[in-house]
Amino acid sequence: MTGPMQLLTLMVVLLLLATFGYRLGRNRALAAASGNPRLLHSLPSYHGYYVALWCGLPALLVIVGWLMLEPAILHGTVMTSLPAEMQSLPEERLALVYNEVRNVARHGHVPSTAVVGEAAQRYVSLRTTMFFSVAVASLAVAVAALAFAHRRIHTNMRARNRVEATVKVFLMASSMVAILTTIGIVLSLLFESLRFFQTVSLFDFLFGTQWSPQIAMRSDQVGSSGAFGAVPLFAGTLLISGIAMAVAVPLGLLSAIYMSEYAAPKFRSVVKPLLEVLAGIPTVVYGFFAALTVAPFIRDMGAHVGLSVASESALAAGLVMGIMIIPFVSSLSDDVISAVPQSLREGAYGLGATKSETIRQVVIPAALPGIVGSVLLAASRAIGETMIVVMAAGLAANLTANPLEAVTTVTTQIVTLLVGDQEFDSPKTLAAFALGLVLFTVTLALNVVALHIVNKYREKYD
Amino acid sequence: MNAIPVTQPSLSKVSARDVNVYYGQKHALKHVDLDIRPNDVTALIGPSGCGKSTFLRCINRMNDLIDNAQVTGLLTLDGDDVYDRNIDVVQLRARVGMVFQKPNPFPKSIYDNVAYGPRIHGMARDQAELDEIVMGSLEKAGLLAEVKDRLEETGTGLSGGQQQRLCIARAIAVAPEVILMDEPCSALDPIATAKVEELIDELRENFTIVIVTHSMQQAARVSQRTAFFHLGELVEVGDTEQIFTNPQHPLTQGYITGRFG
Amino acid sequence: MVENAIAVTPAQAAASRLKQRYAAETRFKFLGISAIVLSLSFLALLLVTILSNGLTAFVQTSIRVDITLDAETLGIDPVKPSADALSSANYGQVIKNAMYKAFPAVESRPELRQLAAMVSSGADVGLRKMLVANPSLLGTTQSVWLVADDDVDMAMKGHITRKAGAEGSRLTDAQLGWLDELEARGNVAKRFNTALFTVGDSREPEQAGLWGAVVGSFFSLSITLLVCFPLGVATAVYLEEYAPKNRWTDLIEVNINNLAAVPSVVFGLLGLAIFLNFFGFPRSAPLVGGLVLALISLPTIIIAARAAMKAVPPSIREAALGLGASKLQMVTDHVLPLSMPGILTGTILGMAHALGETAPLLMIGMVAFIVDIPASPLDPAAVLPVQVYLWADSPERAFVERTSAAIMVLLFFLATMNLAAIFLRKKFERRW
Repeated sequence: MTGPMQLLTLMVVLLLLATFGYRLGRNRALAAASGNPRLLHSLPSYHGYYVALWCGLPALLVIVGWLMLEPAILHGTVMTSLPAEMQSLPEERLALVYNEVRNVARHGHVPSTAVVGEAAQRYVSLRTTMFFSVAVASLAVAVAALAFAHRRIHTNMRARNRVEATVKVFLMASSMVAILTTIGIVLSLLFESLRFFQTVSLFDFLFGTQWSPQIAMRSDQVGSSGAFGAVPLFAGTLLISGIAMAVAVPLGLLSAIYMSEYAAPKFRSVVKPLLEVLAGIPTVVYGFFAALTVAPFIRDMGAHVGLSVASESALAAGLVMGIMIIPFVSSLSDDVISAVPQSLREGAYGLGATKSETIRQVVIPAALPGIVGSVLLAASRAIGETMIVVMAAGLAANLTANPLEAVTTVTTQIVTLLVGDQEFDSPKTLAAFALGLVLFTVTLALNVVALHIVNKYREKYD
Repeated sequence: MNAIPVTQPSLSKVSARDVNVYYGQKHALKHVDLDIRPNDVTALIGPSGCGKSTFLRCINRMNDLIDNAQVTGLLTLDGDDVYDRNIDVVQLRARVGMVFQKPNPFPKSIYDNVAYGPRIHGMARDQAELDEIVMGSLEKAGLLAEVKDRLEETGTGLSGGQQQRLCIARAIAVAPEVILMDEPCSALDPIATAKVEELIDELRENFTIVIVTHSMQQAARVSQRTAFFHLGELVEVGDTEQIFTNPQHPLTQGYITGRFG
Repeated sequence: MVENAIAVTPAQAAASRLKQRYAAETRFKFLGISAIVLSLSFLALLLVTILSNGLTAFVQTSIRVDITLDAETLGIDPVKPSADALSSANYGQVIKNAMYKAFPAVESRPELRQLAAMVSSGADVGLRKMLVANPSLLGTTQSVWLVADDDVDMAMKGHITRKAGAEGSRLTDAQLGWLDELEARGNVAKRFNTALFTVGDSREPEQAGLWGAVVGSFFSLSITLLVCFPLGVATAVYLEEYAPKNRWTDLIEVNINNLAAVPSVVFGLLGLAIFLNFFGFPRSAPLVGGLVLALISLPTIIIAARAAMKAVPPSIREAALGLGASKLQMVTDHVLPLSMPGILTGTILGMAHALGETAPLLMIGMVAFIVDIPASPLDPAAVLPVQVYLWADSPERAFVERTSAAIMVLLFFLATMNLAAIFLRKKFERRW
């Protein structure tokens, strides 16, 4: 059997070997300088790292290369060894068979047919053989490289420069991860969305007003093509985010103004962190709060005045989401308001303006771009927020502007479409990626604009 | 052009020939030829932005740190081209130490401050040898008497003058051949300044010193040779006494008599 | 009106206007303070709701009964009880018998069933443990505390009414009567709910615990930390100390800032498409959850680490380089040690954020119902916030209480991490 444990053991052995290489290299360098490190170009420890890197890196490359190739080799070998009549099965069935083989081989499932059982045995034995050959190969490479590096050590070798060049490559590669993540997001969203748009037209998706993705289980069933018009989702998202902003912007802005202009430092030092707590509470907690307390409260209030309020009303979700984003508005607005130069305020005071007049007529207009930026950032948060709406907003795709009715949002649908077991290739799951693409594009645009505005504003007063 | 007195190459520790520095488009240092004699204190003077600090930082290649800085010309240390591709800048800086304008001790103990250089250059075989280097350097920097009971205290807790002498001790612990000082007293009070100046004079015995200074009195007090820079050009260089009593160039004359600056 | 206006002197007009202006000033100030008060009262309301709902979950109603561990009923050979027989014996029956014995008057079948239903269907687990640990108890009669059914528990805690005949009560009048009787005998007590902290999820509220989710969260966060701390610090070092200022570096920088603001659910889609479908990693595994969370936290950590490194004055770097330290020595000997408190603070805050993250984990299948405690990051597991989500979705009243308790545990971890970060910042704050 081979598994993560074996791989881990191999890694540990490699690490031990590298540590051994470090000691060998350091000692050899010291010996070469007859014990006087001043005669060496680089410190003995650098010679040690040099040998250790030679010992570890090529062997690691061997292992990583194998890990990349392993699935393809296994798949190819096992599938070609299947009986001919099985190989002629349609592709989806074949994939299922292979999946079963893998489950039998790796997770000890009971095979449904003898053929699968045999294939699973082949899978296991091939995998074991491959693992041991790779283990031997990588260790051989490690030892050979160690010997090579060890022999190259002499007093004038620039071990430090070599080690540092390697480290620099590692640092550079690390900084690529952030870029790769973005590329990964864009590519996976684009790729799956394109597949979605092969079955549903882009126009229908963006402008259709019917959303009922419940695809029939059998293709011959009536109404098998679900409707994928996303307008109700966009409208629902806008409605809930709009309510949230209507709560968060006045509360956040007024809090920020009070804290930066009126509050004593002591008050500020207590209240500011407390407000930030609102942003630190996990959104799943807000979702629970909305569903348990706020939504029933609003429904009962509605019943009192004779309004019929849905138990999963947009108002409840929006209200709670608004509470959550108060600190996003307040702390950034606080920063931009504090950045308004004192001289502007003094100018207004010098003319006999009161504090509130100064704030409303001088400080706020001066800080306006920054405030707009912070509001846009908060809006992007609201649009992308998921758990509150999953737990407190509805699933029904109503196209309505009435905040007392239940609406659904883009993020809610993404979660609903993907939670639970279903075929990865159905339009239903692919639709989630199309929605994700829309969400990503919109929030990205909002962020870029907001960051641009805020940076422009900062430059003005720096 | 002025005739620049050029000393015999064999006599100079550091020698510059047609050295130019560009910061992007800006030509910051123009065609400088200068020889620095061993075991002399050479003072570089001139108004702000004249290129004296730029020249100083060429000698140990601290200009490498500035992204768009470019150096042309020939600059040699004991005949070795400082900007040669095969020169390891780390080893160069072990040979050419530097003391900065503001005291910048590491936020570590006094001992570790001085020991850092010897450690990274592998200068000591064991702890006893390291102790010897640290104590010797502190002694040479005239600081040992003041700090010997509190070597484990942090270096940033010392007074400004002591911090600067600690930085000098730190620089000489690496046993450099040349020490560059970039306005080492500009952040110090007069008493601390006097102590550092005294120290510079003592260090001359073992090291070649190049000092950038704003104060002409300081240049006159500590240096044997003085070079006057103006707008990126080396205007005049000579024995300090001669520069201050009998400057050849009208610009030098104007500067030392305080007509501009 | 018109006459009045004429009668007012300019000085009076100015005075009245001034009064109005000061009134406006007061109103404005009042608005500001009310905004703060309102925001904070939302926070208070949220916390009070959670506390009042969840505090009772830390105790659990138990019923004491005298259980006869009769070998015959259990189906165990009394002479030579094999370990196998001990663990597969019919403990449910002895519990039922004990309940029947406590109320000998009850005879009708439906009533007997109701009587037996007052203890949890999982009560036999404890009994089995007891007997397996000590087989000599076989044949004796023991007084044992059994975990009560969740409806009994809810009634005892006052979350559902104990008034007989009340509409919609989940307990029958007979059950309520027995409960009163048991209480009068002193055989009902609320004891510390150890199950909550020792077992995994369950469909039965009184048997559901958080431990599986805590372990799952621990595995996930360990993976996250292992991946994102080295990567984040390395990226920050590269960008702050090595990278030339050019368009490429600008691009990385803009990219990191924007990545920090991408909705987390999009990262879930990335995890699903890349880790599950492309690389074929196991679903529901903390390994994948940890990787996704690492990608989410990476920008935060990079930004925090860069800020901490920026705060190290350039003079320290010059001092090191001037002594002949190489760039890497300058970084490892000076810049990193000096910025480490800041980096660690940022990392802890990033981890705290990752701990509360839910949506992306739903995408990669961490919503499955999992009873077993995960033994490695490759086993299927839930994490704390997902457990909150799962329980919040369950209809039983007792799960409301558990959800609130789970939230309290989650908030406790978050508060601890944040306090640790604040402590670090205060303790190692350095002013240059």
